[in-house]
Amino acid sequence: MTNILEVKDLELSFHTFAGEVKAIRGVNFDLQKGETLAIVGESGSGKSVTTKSIMRLLPESSAEYKNGEILFEGRDLTKISEKDMQKIRGKDISMIFQDPMTSLNPTMTIGRQIMEPILKHQKLNKSAARKKTIELLNLVGIPNAENRYKMYPHQFSGGQRQRIVIAIALACNPKVLIADEPTTALDVTIQAQILELMKDIQKKTDTSIIFITHDLGVVANVADRVAVMYGGRIVEIGTVDEIFYNPQHPYTWGLLSSMPSMDLEDQKLYAIPGTPPDLLNPPKGDAFALRSEYAMKIDMERQPPFFKVSDTHYAATWLLHSQAPQVEPPALIIERMKTFKGSRYYVEQTGGTV
Amino acid sequence: MRNENEQEKLTPEDFERVTIDAHHSERIEKPSLSFWQDAWLGLRKNKAAIVSMIILLVVIIMALIGPHLNGHAGDAQNLRHANLPPKIPGIEATGFFDGDGKLAGKTVNLYEMKKVDEYYWFGTDGLGRDLFTRLWEGTRVSLFIAFVAAAIDMVIGVAYGGISGYFGGRTDDIMQRVVEILIGIPTLIVVILMIMIMDPGITAIIVAITITGWIGMSRIVRAQTLKYKSQEFVLASRTLGAKDGKIITKHLLPNMLGIIIINTMFTIPNAIFFEAFLSFIGIGLQPPAASLGTLINDGYKVMENQPYVLLFPAIVISVLMIAFNLIGDGLRDALDPKMKD
Amino acid sequence: MVKYIGKRIVYMFITLFLIATASFFLMQTLPGSPIASYNKLNDTQKAIVEKKYGIDKPKPVQYAIYMKNLAKGDLGTSFVFKGKSVNDLLATRLKPSLILGAQAMVFGTIVGILLGMLAALKHNTFWDYGSTFFAILGISIPSFVFASLLQYWIASEWHLLPVGLWNDGWKSSVLPSLALAMGPLALSARFIRTEMIEVLNSDYIMLAKAKGANGFEIAFKHAFRNALIPLITVLGPLAAGLVTGSLVVEQIFAIPGIGEQFVSSIMTNDHATIMGTTLLFSAFLIAVIFIVDILYGVIDPRIRVSGGKG
Repeated sequence: MTNILEVKDLELSFHTFAGEVKAIRGVNFDLQKGETLAIVGESGSGKSVTTKSIMRLLPESSAEYKNGEILFEGRDLTKISEKDMQKIRGKDISMIFQDPMTSLNPTMTIGRQIMEPILKHQKLNKSAARKKTIELLNLVGIPNAENRYKMYPHQFSGGQRQRIVIAIALACNPKVLIADEPTTALDVTIQAQILELMKDIQKKTDTSIIFITHDLGVVANVADRVAVMYGGRIVEIGTVDEIFYNPQHPYTWGLLSSMPSMDLEDQKLYAIPGTPPDLLNPPKGDAFALRSEYAMKIDMERQPPFFKVSDTHYAATWLLHSQAPQVEPPALIIERMKTFKGSRYYVEQTGGTV
Repeated sequence: MRNENEQEKLTPEDFERVTIDAHHSERIEKPSLSFWQDAWLGLRKNKAAIVSMIILLVVIIMALIGPHLNGHAGDAQNLRHANLPPKIPGIEATGFFDGDGKLAGKTVNLYEMKKVDEYYWFGTDGLGRDLFTRLWEGTRVSLFIAFVAAAIDMVIGVAYGGISGYFGGRTDDIMQRVVEILIGIPTLIVVILMIMIMDPGITAIIVAITITGWIGMSRIVRAQTLKYKSQEFVLASRTLGAKDGKIITKHLLPNMLGIIIINTMFTIPNAIFFEAFLSFIGIGLQPPAASLGTLINDGYKVMENQPYVLLFPAIVISVLMIAFNLIGDGLRDALDPKMKD
Repeated sequence: MVKYIGKRIVYMFITLFLIATASFFLMQTLPGSPIASYNKLNDTQKAIVEKKYGIDKPKPVQYAIYMKNLAKGDLGTSFVFKGKSVNDLLATRLKPSLILGAQAMVFGTIVGILLGMLAALKHNTFWDYGSTFFAILGISIPSFVFASLLQYWIASEWHLLPVGLWNDGWKSSVLPSLALAMGPLALSARFIRTEMIEVLNSDYIMLAKAKGANGFEIAFKHAFRNALIPLITVLGPLAAGLVTGSLVVEQIFAIPGIGEQFVSSIMTNDHATIMGTTLLFSAFLIAVIFIVDILYGVIDPRIRVSGGKG
């Protein structure tokens, strides 16, 4: 497996009238060829900003890269010129946005909008680009593409528009596709169709996908690996199974507990108390400590480093320190951990804890 | 399953459990602000608006006290003192405002020539009237017309739009048909026709400006009323038995206050403009009455030889218009919820 | 759409009819006689003149005759310019006004659009503050003050261009056009700036950037058209401002145009000409607003297909 994208110690701030907002405070992850990495977290956790910073789509006047690097095929995207970046955007890395109702230009036909990156990045003439556009429309499941090619966005439904946005993103066979909550604004039935479409396309094209969402149900459906973000940092990263069945960070516990589930008798839904941290004055230690019932004295003073759980699974919580006391996760989480081989609550067919 | 990372030794106290009441992080940090406090906070950040308010205040004060400052009466004619250029004590030594003026193509000190000992700060006109005094008298008249016209526009517009929007149905239908016809008639035409059939004067100008001026306000108020009256909080209040009067005064008006104020702030400079416009083309205020429009008209006629007669009223009207527009802009940014994050 | 246009045309004629009626009866209440310039005549001669202009008949009959002629497009006979028809009078004066108005409109909106674009693309920089300040000046300073200043400095003091009149080819039109253009310039600059900033913050501009479009493509291919379409909605107020401005600007520069005619007719109590000009101005402004509404529907694809007003 080769890493196509590596984000190292990324720190990014916004300069606002109120002061410096530290939106990303040291983010590390990598993306492998052909995999889907989901980034989950609540609003304001920095997941959207992280991906927009990879694309360098943040306003230059207010956003500042403070530290770290974003390595794409060995080049640091934070250092290259805007002109070089324009050659990467839409060609090597492309993006799908949250709201299909507003992300298409209302006064341009959809055909021209899809053709734009093709003409820009690939040396194709108009008729070849047109042919490619129609192919793309067929690929994303817009029927009757030859005729609808000349239509304007308002003549399409929300789900169809998101398909068109996906077609634009796929136009140049990108190596990385960033999907920023692509299904949040859609009806549930349409959501499933779009997710199917994305999985389908990934199978065909072997594109790597970064999938941002706050919906854990979607994550279980599409992702290979999951990164959990909180307060501008990744607090836990691992494979889907590891995050869902052997979570280590109290925030991940909270997230999973607040996910409605069909197979549990207890219908009372859990809500994480409190509000996300104020990134104008980020907390000194573990950002989640203020909302966590597992907080320790050191959480208030020092940021936890990443502790290794397995080769693919890391979590940033002092609870994993060798001197830390053993704590009991919420009952719901223990239930989950019982099914995961290698967790301390794993129950064999015959019973008993390891 | 403990990790293999190198781990520094920490003291056992570090791992003591602490209990935090998570709910304290949910308390509302910002104090609650009234409408006016919120507006003021927004406006205060807008430097242009603040400077404009200060300038406007100075102009208003000058309009009130200016005519009494130098002892010359605005209507006192003294032909021996006619056409004197500005002369200001203190500044005259710098070479500006020292009483020099052109006479038959040559620059001479007209005060010395005509043996005038008094100072006319902004000069005199062809009848020897003090222009400083007349300028502030004219400003007072222009401001008076503008404020009264804006107030009348506001009252009629809010009442008409409010009634039309709130009661709806047939009332709304009939009232809107009337507006649809009226809005088609160009303001300029109405203003000029109205002013022609009335005796020229302040009243005529105010009537002419307000006769169609309220329509803009009424349309905005009607749209806002329609928007708010269908919202849940009004429905809730009605369910609890609130009467129309209470719903209008407690729920609708406070929500519309911002947009009403903004709109009024833009009708004031419009009224100043129309007064000056009418007086300039000669159908507004008639001599010897002064307004910014008549002063500019007087100044325009002698612009060739006595440019200062035009200069000062032109500056004052421009400054007033700029100030009102900037305050209007500032208020819109501060009050319009659409502009807020 | 056809029904909508039909309804609008009916409203236009009702409005014009009301303006004609109102102005006719308002004229009758005016102080001063329309034939004041004939006051050296004796009673018999006066009666002859009154008969000639038809003002000896009862008011309702006069009204009926006037409306009948109006329906045929005849605006009556001027009282001041003896025997000349108002139609001819206005026709000779149409050209200068149209030239000035068109030049002011084209120059004003183009420069205004460029200025507004500059301000939006360089948002919160010196360029933005500079052009915003310029726009505020343009909106605030009354056209007659600006016209007077132009005339004083450029014509009287520096002798660069004629002080006035319409006898020096294109040179005669420069200063009055410039004075008239300030309004449309400032208004469109402000409008485009606001629209452009909003458009530049929209999701589809972000998507265009994500496609790899460069700054130029984003500004002109994607943002410009979307910011420009709403500008059509202010063309109505712009035209009204131009007509208002033309009254004073033509007077200041002594241009033999409609605006100057209107003001001098008011001064000489020339009822027929006042009414004729009033109707001409009204018809023009009403037509502009009507065309704007239709045009908006044609240009914006969102409205074009759905048919009605968006």
